[in-house]
Amino acid sequence: MMDWLVTPLRHIGARIINAIWRLGFILRFFAALLLVSGQSFTRLHLTLREIWFTGVLSLSIIMVSGLFIGMVLGLQGYEILQRFGSGDALGIMVALSLARELGPVVAGLLFASRAGSAVTAEIGLMKATEQLQAMDMMAVNPLARVAAPRFWGGVISMPLLAAIFSTAGVFGGWLIGVVVIGVDHGSFWSQMQASVDFRIDIVNGFIKSVVFALAVSLIAVFEGYDCHPTAEGVSRAITRTVVQSALTILALDFVLTSFMFRGLS
Amino acid sequence: MSRKTIDLWVGIFAVLGIAAIFFLSLRVSTVQTSSGAPYTVYTWFDNIGGLKVRAPVKSSGVVVGRVAAIRLDTQKYRAEVTLAIDPAYPFPRDTVAAILTSGLLGEQYVGLNPGGEEDMLAAGDTITMTQSAVVLENLISQFLYNSAANGNSNSGGDSSQP
Repeated sequence: MMDWLVTPLRHIGARIINAIWRLGFILRFFAALLLVSGQSFTRLHLTLREIWFTGVLSLSIIMVSGLFIGMVLGLQGYEILQRFGSGDALGIMVALSLARELGPVVAGLLFASRAGSAVTAEIGLMKATEQLQAMDMMAVNPLARVAAPRFWGGVISMPLLAAIFSTAGVFGGWLIGVVVIGVDHGSFWSQMQASVDFRIDIVNGFIKSVVFALAVSLIAVFEGYDCHPTAEGVSRAITRTVVQSALTILALDFVLTSFMFRGLS
Repeated sequence: MSRKTIDLWVGIFAVLGIAAIFFLSLRVSTVQTSSGAPYTVYTWFDNIGGLKVRAPVKSSGVVVGRVAAIRLDTQKYRAEVTLAIDPAYPFPRDTVAAILTSGLLGEQYVGLNPGGEEDMLAAGDTITMTQSAVVLENLISQFLYNSAANGNSNSGGDSSQP
């Protein structure tokens, strides 16, 4: 009789319970992953292969997009700063926005869609073709042999990629600001150095990229491990990896920023 | 892809990443270099204006330290400002501390104007001579009161004329 009211409520409740259940599941998975990840360092070549796969192969997209983002920052920033007669402060703007926000966040998003989705697809297909089960039969722990190296490979390569992204961006901003527009070379660098603080800006940006790396790698490995072992299940898992990684990165970025940069000046 | 090539590429990647981190920390930012632990000096101001913690302490325009802490002293009801000064720069005891503004809209900083005394400030000492921040509202209201007072006396004189 109250079906029109009860059914949607029940749906919402089921969704919330499901989400909380999955959160607990992913944390349990994380704990299990940490317990068996000793092997991914004793058999280092497994992890090195994953660093090659997620890090080295992402280098080109990271460097090119970093360069372009820096160039856009150079153009837009100069346009606005010039209105206040402070076009020389372009270096500060480019470096601060890259080191604090854009470097970790955009590199994380690119990493999730370039490397995270590939990791999910790989593990998902291994599950669909019953390779993981076969490993279990041969007394090889698939969590230690397949999941942990991919997780640690991502955790190691993503902060390095973020640093390379920021560097490429600063170079792109320099290219547009100094070479094309003609901001003074000396004041570009000296104002940047005077205003960017190592402890506050660079280290906090690095911490951000490490946190994003942990989140994205965990989500990618977990979704691959947890997917339905069918073609459709794998494709859904890949979609979930990209969507959830993006949401997690942006939400975590807000939380970290409010911790790190609030009330500084 | 053989294991050796993978190792080589991972090595190149790691070198690139570490070089990027070094570039960011050395070329883009400034690592706080000082010649040892800074010494702290206390000052009291009637009004600190918009001074913030970590604002620079300058003498003749050179940054010699940072504002370490700001709090309201509830015994004297004045602002207690703690300055952390680089030990490479000793200052005489009769130094005057003033809160100044760089440029029209710039940040506020503490300016130190050294006096002529032989004794130097030691850690934990107090700078007694201070000059508070200029609050624009007070300045404007003073100006307005003055001009109003002048205007009254003038108009009083004028009104008797015709």
